[in-house]
Amino acid sequence: MGGVLAVLEQRDGALKKVSYEVVTAARSLADRLNAGVGAIAIGPVALDATAATTFGADHVVIVADDHAALYQPHLYVRAVAERVKAKDYSVVLLSATALGKDLGPRLAARLGWPLAADVTDVSVDGGIVVTRPVYAGKAVYRLKVTAPRCVISVRPNSVTPVEKSRTATLQHVVLGLDADRPVARTVAMKAPAEAKLDVAEAPIVVSGGRGLKEPANFKLLEDLAQALGAAAVGASRAVVDAGWRAHGDQVGQTGKTVSPGLYFAIGISGAIQHLAGMRTAKVIVAINKDKDAPIFKVADYGIVGDLFEIVPRLTQEIKKVKAGT
Amino acid sequence: MKIAVCIKRVPDTETRIKIAADGRSIDESGVKFVLNPYDEYAVEEALRRKESAGSGEVVVIALGPEAAQETIRTALAMGADRGVLLKTEQRVLDPLVVARALVAEIKDGGYDLVLFGKLAVDDYHHAVGPMVAELLGLPGVSAAARLELGDGKGTAEREVEGGVEVVEFPLPAVLTADKGLNEPRYPALKGIMAAKKKPLEVKPVTLEAGGFDALELALPPERKPGRILGEGPDAVPALIAALRTEAKVL
Repeated sequence: MGGVLAVLEQRDGALKKVSYEVVTAARSLADRLNAGVGAIAIGPVALDATAATTFGADHVVIVADDHAALYQPHLYVRAVAERVKAKDYSVVLLSATALGKDLGPRLAARLGWPLAADVTDVSVDGGIVVTRPVYAGKAVYRLKVTAPRCVISVRPNSVTPVEKSRTATLQHVVLGLDADRPVARTVAMKAPAEAKLDVAEAPIVVSGGRGLKEPANFKLLEDLAQALGAAAVGASRAVVDAGWRAHGDQVGQTGKTVSPGLYFAIGISGAIQHLAGMRTAKVIVAINKDKDAPIFKVADYGIVGDLFEIVPRLTQEIKKVKAGT
Repeated sequence: MKIAVCIKRVPDTETRIKIAADGRSIDESGVKFVLNPYDEYAVEEALRRKESAGSGEVVVIALGPEAAQETIRTALAMGADRGVLLKTEQRVLDPLVVARALVAEIKDGGYDLVLFGKLAVDDYHHAVGPMVAELLGLPGVSAAARLELGDGKGTAEREVEGGVEVVEFPLPAVLTADKGLNEPRYPALKGIMAAKKKPLEVKPVTLEAGGFDALELALPPERKPGRILGEGPDAVPALIAALRTEAKVL
């Protein structure tokens, strides 16, 4: 059995939190397979991957090239595939982010390995067994990997990063080769005017629906999110379809599936396709004027009433908590 | 412009999923099947590109059971020219198996563009489009929410966490469509009538086994029953207390 290779992810030369999740998952899997763990980070020359060395990897390799600062599919897939072949890895683990959802399938196709996409758990039971939510989480597969090698993408927030006492060795490699066939190139990353957390990655999500009555009222949720800190504002399909919020903010079966530590559903009745997208949140709070709304069936805590009275009070109380008063 | 659109027959998103007696698949009785919602954006985009080019052909390709013919007819009713069903009753767990079967159909088709929805709302792989790009050795962009094409090349934008990537590529290319790319049209009655007469070729395929065995398909664990803490803003302190001391998330 070859080792497990964790693919790290960076933005602007700094590793993202999902990188530590992936190394942690790789260590945990490798321990049960009695195998080693390597990690690979691809990015600009200034990329610092030192932070990844304390999560259980034996070895971290940085493949640096300023052309690879942004995600370039052809460079990234080649760098990982070459590393896999050079070190005879058996499993590639990556995060099911926007990058991982493109790179994972490409790697699987390039290597000819099966892909277990967007899994929430990886275990070993006479072979690798993955847990894969399907139908946006309305059902869950347990799949046994029957192939000798595989690519696995792990859903963000489904693994808690754990630091280990061992420290990985760090090695720099220069990529420095380009495509020999026509390719797609990422030429720019347009960042929003102010940096905002993505609903799929945020530890806290505050979502609103029709109950907000009009787009401007999402200000209430933005204020609450700001008071909470590290929170993103999400939306139901109804308000996205109505053009109140961006498509990227939609939580549900035709939007994003999220697993934050804390999820607020505010003015959202709880259609099946919405529940599918957020039911794996650790703690769910619902605020709705209809006490019979389906959202209360999945919520841990509910408040019935007028959100326009409740949310400002909640924001105020959260601010007090955060201020330590 | 010759465009292939790969589509899938999936349960409607409002479906309540029930597990079949074998414990490894869903109970399809009473389930309404539809054209995968993300594939609607792909079909719409193909039709618009053909319309603006003034000529061309839009071919829809589905891999699935006999009943997927209805799904293909939906796309034909929207305006696609012809359909191909790669017919199999096999349940596929490994997206690479699907990608290889589609590639066998697409590779010698002379397509300028191959479109997919970014994911199918049943298996949620988000994988077959980029796999097909890789297997064909063509430029690929997944989850395109904006697209400009012209002069043998194109620019797409895709949403990523905390930003938007701008991607340039030459044609031919493989793209997967995200919500927001366009507003898909509803098939008009005239289109529905016309679709009945459009060519639909059925090709039986035998798929590879793939790299997984299904041990179990189950409903997700029920959430522990929650509780209503009260009514109106006066219940807020109780919520704060519960989040701090019980759930320990504040």
